[in-house]
Amino acid sequence: MSELIKLENISLRAADMVEEGRVHKALYSDPEIFEEELDKVFNNSWVFIGHESEVPDVGSFKTAFVGRQPVILSRDRKKNLHVLLNRCRHRGATVCEGRKGKTKSFSCPYHGWGYALDGELRSLPKPEEYDGVIDKSELPLQRLRSETYAGLVFATFNDAIEPLEDFLGGAKKWINLFMKQGGGYPLKVLGEHRFSFPGNWKIQLENTTDAYHFPIIHKSFISSLDEQAADIFDFLDGEGFVEDLGNGHSVMVMIPELTDLEENLDEPIPDRFQALADELAAEGRSDDEIRRLVRAVHGTGFNLNLFPNVSCSMAFFRVMRPVSASETEIQHVALGGEGAPAPFNRKRMRLHEHFQGPMGFGTPDDGEAWERVQKGSMAGPDGWILVNRGLNNLHRSPDGNVAGAVCSETGMRAAYRQYKAVMAAGEEK
Amino acid sequence: MKLHTQLLNDVTAFIWHEADLLDHKCYQAWLDLWTDNGLYIVPADLDATDYESTLNLALDDSAMRRMRVARLESGESVSAKATMNTLRMLSRVRVLEAGDDLVVVRCAQTLNEMRHGALVTYPADVEYHLRPGEQGFRIERKVVKLLHADSFLRTVSFIF
Repeated sequence: MSELIKLENISLRAADMVEEGRVHKALYSDPEIFEEELDKVFNNSWVFIGHESEVPDVGSFKTAFVGRQPVILSRDRKKNLHVLLNRCRHRGATVCEGRKGKTKSFSCPYHGWGYALDGELRSLPKPEEYDGVIDKSELPLQRLRSETYAGLVFATFNDAIEPLEDFLGGAKKWINLFMKQGGGYPLKVLGEHRFSFPGNWKIQLENTTDAYHFPIIHKSFISSLDEQAADIFDFLDGEGFVEDLGNGHSVMVMIPELTDLEENLDEPIPDRFQALADELAAEGRSDDEIRRLVRAVHGTGFNLNLFPNVSCSMAFFRVMRPVSASETEIQHVALGGEGAPAPFNRKRMRLHEHFQGPMGFGTPDDGEAWERVQKGSMAGPDGWILVNRGLNNLHRSPDGNVAGAVCSETGMRAAYRQYKAVMAAGEEK
Repeated sequence: MKLHTQLLNDVTAFIWHEADLLDHKCYQAWLDLWTDNGLYIVPADLDATDYESTLNLALDDSAMRRMRVARLESGESVSAKATMNTLRMLSRVRVLEAGDDLVVVRCAQTLNEMRHGALVTYPADVEYHLRPGEQGFRIERKVVKLLHADSFLRTVSFIF
């Protein structure tokens, strides 16, 4: 298994570089493989675009990317959602800039072509020269196929791909559980942190299903918690597990008692949330509501990794975008409850700031580790990365899926199995 | 327009002192510069005004400031150990408000960080709310508006 492989003998066929339990480091750094990934993974899968609450009203929009391609998520006059390529059909300039906003239409700044919220080309200056040359109805902003599940909006360039719900499959049960953390209110995006790291996107894909690293790299975060909270994050010897949900998705349950946030509502209020409970009580909230909000405030006890670009990670969405083989952009999207009491949403934002984002107590140390993985991937000649942890200790979950211990690498193997299948598709043997 | 050059000198001396403490990692002395209710804020949304109701990159009350310093000093954070040095320059200091119990100051800051052999630069507008007292100023509020707060930052294991 650990025999040396001479560099010249390594073929650059990405699918061959994924074996059960190990992947080759060239997957992190080879620019040709990266181009192939953009084509086969990102331009050919369901890719997460955003959450419905980010475009709440008629005319709301946000910009996003599918791989390298800029897109717009918009809500039209009938409140339907559209994912549109952000590219004028005339000379190709982007028609929408900024992260989000509200508009009546999308207008190209170069020659003034105007598009409706659903992408239809509505107007262009001095149309006479186009009489008999173009048909406006044939030149809308290119619309991607998009579907939504539980508020999560995905899009794909592949019109022949399976329906989103089939692709999510076994992950749907966990998405539904994740959505309960609004504390009785619909989930709402409260804001986001953005940062990048000089490393490959798959290093990030692995990280959100990696419990093994937590007590090591995040020691300084754990040290900043009170005893009760530190105890909760001491989960490696607990009853948690990682389950392969199929199609590259996996769930890592770190804190099993926080799986369903609508259960165990009669538990004592933890010390660290007593001030929040007092604040809610002072607002006149009922004891039942306070318990529901306090139980939801920390988020769920699991990370749901959805292939390829989003993770419903305890209390936030981790969204990633591959920029190059050795550069990745990440968004940590903070969540709260639509219409929920202000103290609840404020506490959720403070908890998010504590760990997430470029200045949190957790992310910078993750970033340091990822950067070193990328740097280390240049060292040879043994070029294999091990993802075989827990292969000796697998079992069937109650849902019939392959599962391993909480610190197993079952979720990474799930993602790489899908990666291998997608990368091998359409290739001649 | 009459400039309060004495006050300008006093506040400039104070924020240079703070800058020197941070670049030289004298974090305990830095903690002593604050009022009990002071807030250290690095916004993610440059249009925000109600920071407590907005997601920020950092919003530290005194407890969070002490925890942030403990993290940087503990030796447990691998990214803090990898941050070699920071070097910041503050200029364009302007007094916006000169009250008896509150002085509001705005200045420009450029912070340079050396990490893994790469130089990273963070330009920012910094606004201070300072409380004058017998022992000199205390910081009531410091808001660091990074020029690229809206885009993709590198991770930060130091204090702006």
